[in-house]
Amino acid sequence: MLYRTAGQFKTSYQADQALFPVRQDAVLLGVVLLFAWVIFPLTASEFAFQTLLIPILIYSLAALGLNLLTGYAGQLSLGTAAFMGVGAYACYKLVTLMPWLNPVVAILFSGAFSAGVGVAFGIPSLRIKGFYLAIATLAAQFFLVWLFEKWGWLYNYNASGAIQVPNLEMFGVYVAGPQASSVVQYFVVLAVVTLMTLVCINLTRGNLGRSWKATRDMDIAAELIGINLMRSKLTAFAVSSYVVGVAGALFVFMWRGAAEPNLFDIPLSFRILFIAIIGGLGSILGNYLGAILIVGLPVLLNTLPEALGLPISSATVEHLNIMIVGSLIVFFLIIEPHGLARLWALIREKLIIWPFPH
Amino acid sequence: MLNEIFIKPFVDMVEAPDFLMQVLWEGLVSGILYALIALGFVLIYRSSRIFNFAQGIMVVFAALTLVGLHAMGVPAWICVVLTLGVMFVLAVTIERVVLRPLVGQPDIILFMATIGITLFLIGFGEIIFGGENKVMITEQLGIPTDSVLLEPWGGLLILEQKDITAVAVAALLVVALLVFLNKTRMGRAIRALGDDHQAALSVGISLQTIWVLVWFIAGIIALVTGIAWGARAGVSFALEVIAYKALPVLMLGGLESITGAIVGGLMIGMLEKLFEIYWGQPLLGGNTETWFAFVLALIVLLFRPQGLFGERIIERV
Repeated sequence: MLYRTAGQFKTSYQADQALFPVRQDAVLLGVVLLFAWVIFPLTASEFAFQTLLIPILIYSLAALGLNLLTGYAGQLSLGTAAFMGVGAYACYKLVTLMPWLNPVVAILFSGAFSAGVGVAFGIPSLRIKGFYLAIATLAAQFFLVWLFEKWGWLYNYNASGAIQVPNLEMFGVYVAGPQASSVVQYFVVLAVVTLMTLVCINLTRGNLGRSWKATRDMDIAAELIGINLMRSKLTAFAVSSYVVGVAGALFVFMWRGAAEPNLFDIPLSFRILFIAIIGGLGSILGNYLGAILIVGLPVLLNTLPEALGLPISSATVEHLNIMIVGSLIVFFLIIEPHGLARLWALIREKLIIWPFPH
Repeated sequence: MLNEIFIKPFVDMVEAPDFLMQVLWEGLVSGILYALIALGFVLIYRSSRIFNFAQGIMVVFAALTLVGLHAMGVPAWICVVLTLGVMFVLAVTIERVVLRPLVGQPDIILFMATIGITLFLIGFGEIIFGGENKVMITEQLGIPTDSVLLEPWGGLLILEQKDITAVAVAALLVVALLVFLNKTRMGRAIRALGDDHQAALSVGISLQTIWVLVWFIAGIIALVTGIAWGARAGVSFALEVIAYKALPVLMLGGLESITGAIVGGLMIGMLEKLFEIYWGQPLLGGNTETWFAFVLALIVLLFRPQGLFGERIIERV
C-alpha cells in the first residue's frame, strides 16, 4: 500500500529512464540522506562515529569500487586491499610533498595513482579469465604490500615503517590527523562517498556500464556485437581502482590515522569481497547493506555479551566473531546468492502489489 | 647493476655448488608441500568445479586436531585414525550443510562459500585448540629427526630426515592417488563426474557420495601435509599462508591437472628459493617469497592462459 505505483504514469522516455521512476524510492532515499546528513551528525556519539558510521561509509565505497569490477564487468579481483594501499600511500606522499594542497583534492587525486596501477595489473585480464585472473590480482596484492614495506621513499624513510597522518587543515578546520574531530571527518567522508556513488550510478547506467555488463555476461558475444573488450575491461579496472584508491585514502586519512603495510594485507581484500558479495554483485545499494552487516555485526557481537552480563573473554569473542561471520556468509549465500540487494528488491516487489497476491 | 643481475648470481651458484644444492633441496621440500595442497585443490576442482579455498585451513585443522588429541593422552597412531575420522565428519558436514544447497550456483558463489568455511574453521579451531604455536608430535609418530650429512664436491649438504620422510610419503601418496583415480571403480567415477556432471549422473554415479569421498581424500591429503609442514615449522594458524602459495601452483600447472599440480609445486618451490637467495636478498631487500610465485604464475599465464598442463580453453558463444 505504501509502495503503490498505480497512478504514476510515464509520459516520456526520459521520465521512464529517470533515476527514480517510482516516487516512493526517491522519498525513501531522501529519508536516508536526511538521516545521514542531518540526524546522525547531530545525535551520534564519538563511539558511533568511529566504530560504525565512518567505517561503514568507507567500506561501502571500497566495496562499490570492487563491485564495479567484479559485479558489473565480471572480472574477479582479490587484490582490493592493495589498491586501497596505493591510494593511501599516494595520498600520504601528496600531502607531505605538497603541504599546501587541499586535503580533499589530495584524496580525490590519489585515486588516479591507484587507477594507473590498476590498469597495469588489469592488462593480463585481456588474456586470462575467471579464477586464473584472480591470481593476477593476487600477484598485485602480495607484490604491492611487499613494495609498501621495502620502498622507503613511500613512507619518507621514517623509522617505524608506517605512515602517520599529519594534521591537515581545510578552510581553517582540521579535517585529518590527531586534531580533527569526528564530525568533520564524517562529513568529508560522507560528501566524497555521496559524490562517488552518484558518479558510479550514472556510469553503470550509461554506455560504459552497458559495455561492462555485456563483457561480464559473455565476453566473446560482446566482442562479436562490436564492444571493444580491451577498452571495456581496462576502463573497468581504471574506474574500479580509482574508487578503491579513494576509499583507501579515506580509510587511512579519515579513520585509521596511521597505517602499516600489513594493514592492506589479504584479509582486508576478503572483507571487502564479502561486503560486495553479501550485498549483491552487480548492485550499488548492496554495497551499503553489506557494509552495514559486516561492519556492524562484530560491533554488536562485542557489546552483546557485556550487555547480557556473560563472562566471555575478549579473545573468545573475537574467535566467535570470525566463526559467526563465516557461517553468516555461507548462510546468506544459501538463502540468497544474489545478496541483500536482491532480498530488498523482492521485498519491494511484494510491497508494490500488497495486499493483493498477484 | 647488470652485472649484479645477470652475472654475479650465476657465478655464485657455480662457485658454491653445495650451497646451491642445499637451496634446491629446501625448495624441493617446500615445493612438495605446495604440490600436496594443490593436489587437494585439483581433486575437488575436477570433481565439482569448486575452487576450494578451505584446503589451507583444512591442513591447519587436521594438524591441530592431531596435536590436540595427543595432548589429551591418546597414543600417537590412534590420534591419526581419530583425526581421519574427524576429517570424514568434516567432509560429510560440508557436503550436507554447504554444498548440497548450493548445487548449480555460479563458481564465484561456491568459492565464497569455501571462504566462509575457512573463516568458520579458523574461529572454531582457535576456540577449541587455542591460537598458540604447537609442536608437531614428530617423534611419537616414529618419524626420524636426525639429519644426513652429504659432502658433494668437498662441500656440506644437510638433509633433515623428516624432510626426506615427507618427500617419500608425498611421493607414495601421489602414486596411491593416481592408482586410485585410474584403476578403481570409485576413482573412475570421480573422473567421470569431472568430465560431465549430467552424463555421470545419468549412468548412476551418485554425486553426493563422490563429493563426500573427494572432500575426505582432500582431508587425508591435508593431514599428511599438516604433519609434514608441522614437523618443519610447528603447528599454528600461520600455516594457512601456504594455502595462498598453492594458488599460483595451481595456475601454473593448470586447474585440472594432477601432473600440473606436482610439477607446478616443485617448480615454484625451487624457483622461489633460488630467486630469494640469489636475487631477492642481495638486490631487493629480501622476503620476495611472498610474491614471487604469483608473479611467475602471472607471466606463464600470459603465454599459456590455461597453465602448463591445463585443458585447452575452448569458448563458444
